[in-house]
Amino acid sequence: MARVVVDVMLKPEILDPQGKAVHGALGRLGFDGVASVRQGKRFEIELAGEVTPEAVSDIERAAGTLLSNPVIEDYALRVEP
Amino acid sequence: MRVGVVTFPGSLDDRDAARAVRASGGEAVTLWHGDADLRGVDAVVLPGGFSYGDYLRCGAIARFAPVMQPLADAARGGLPVLGICNGFQVLCESHLLPGALIRNDHRKFVCRDQRLRVENATTAWTAAYEAGSEIVIPLKNGEGGFVADERTLDELEGEGRVVVRYVGDNPNGSYRDIAGVSNARGNVVGLMPHPEHAVDPLTGPGTEGLGFFASLVAGLAGQPA
Repeated sequence: MARVVVDVMLKPEILDPQGKAVHGALGRLGFDGVASVRQGKRFEIELAGEVTPEAVSDIERAAGTLLSNPVIEDYALRVEP
Repeated sequence: MRVGVVTFPGSLDDRDAARAVRASGGEAVTLWHGDADLRGVDAVVLPGGFSYGDYLRCGAIARFAPVMQPLADAARGGLPVLGICNGFQVLCESHLLPGALIRNDHRKFVCRDQRLRVENATTAWTAAYEAGSEIVIPLKNGEGGFVADERTLDELEGEGRVVVRYVGDNPNGSYRDIAGVSNARGNVVGLMPHPEHAVDPLTGPGTEGLGFFASLVAGLAGQPA
């Protein structure tokens, strides 16, 4: 079955408190070489049918409306072989 | 004066919102997220809570509920809509209001009586206040940080669309201390603090939240608030 992966990240200018918390925890655990952490979301979407341009463009539309909020987030979409 | 209050799965403050409407002389009408029907109401309140468990992003799933389509159309046509807390998040996700709400900068849930300054007393929901007056109403959120890009923030300030602003300590990292904003027309207002919890001294810090609902009822009746 074909899989489309959508990665969603906060835009660089938007504060990421969760990433900051993770960064802090890494430091406390002794992982010293970390300059910063940004946390995002990954959606693995199994298509019911074939990977057609229409199917991918549908997921693209979903990524830009439901899966991400364009006011604060960017997304990247790729089809996995 | 019929004011709809929408219940989503996970709404918490719909009863309090309905009570605030009644306390101001309006008739509260329950609206259901799954019905694409506004039942002919004169205004709508989107209440606080955790619609759909705040999954994905706060308000992101509620935004696509059947009731939101007629609501969005009516809001663009001038129907007064007030979004409180989760309701504010739903309005931002719907792009009926600019910006977005993200996790509090200090990463903790905040629950306290909050002082606000009413910056714009000309909207459908704030006309009963005097511009510049300060009120204290409850605030309770984990994801109440209002963010938008600089251009949008400048626009909001320039057009007087910052409706209420935090006074004193900023409770959640909201840019420019913004607690609530409106659309250009002033009929759609969203804020993180909860005016509906400050309508009765028995159950809140006072009654300084009543003005939001009194503004609406007076406006609909065609009277000066």
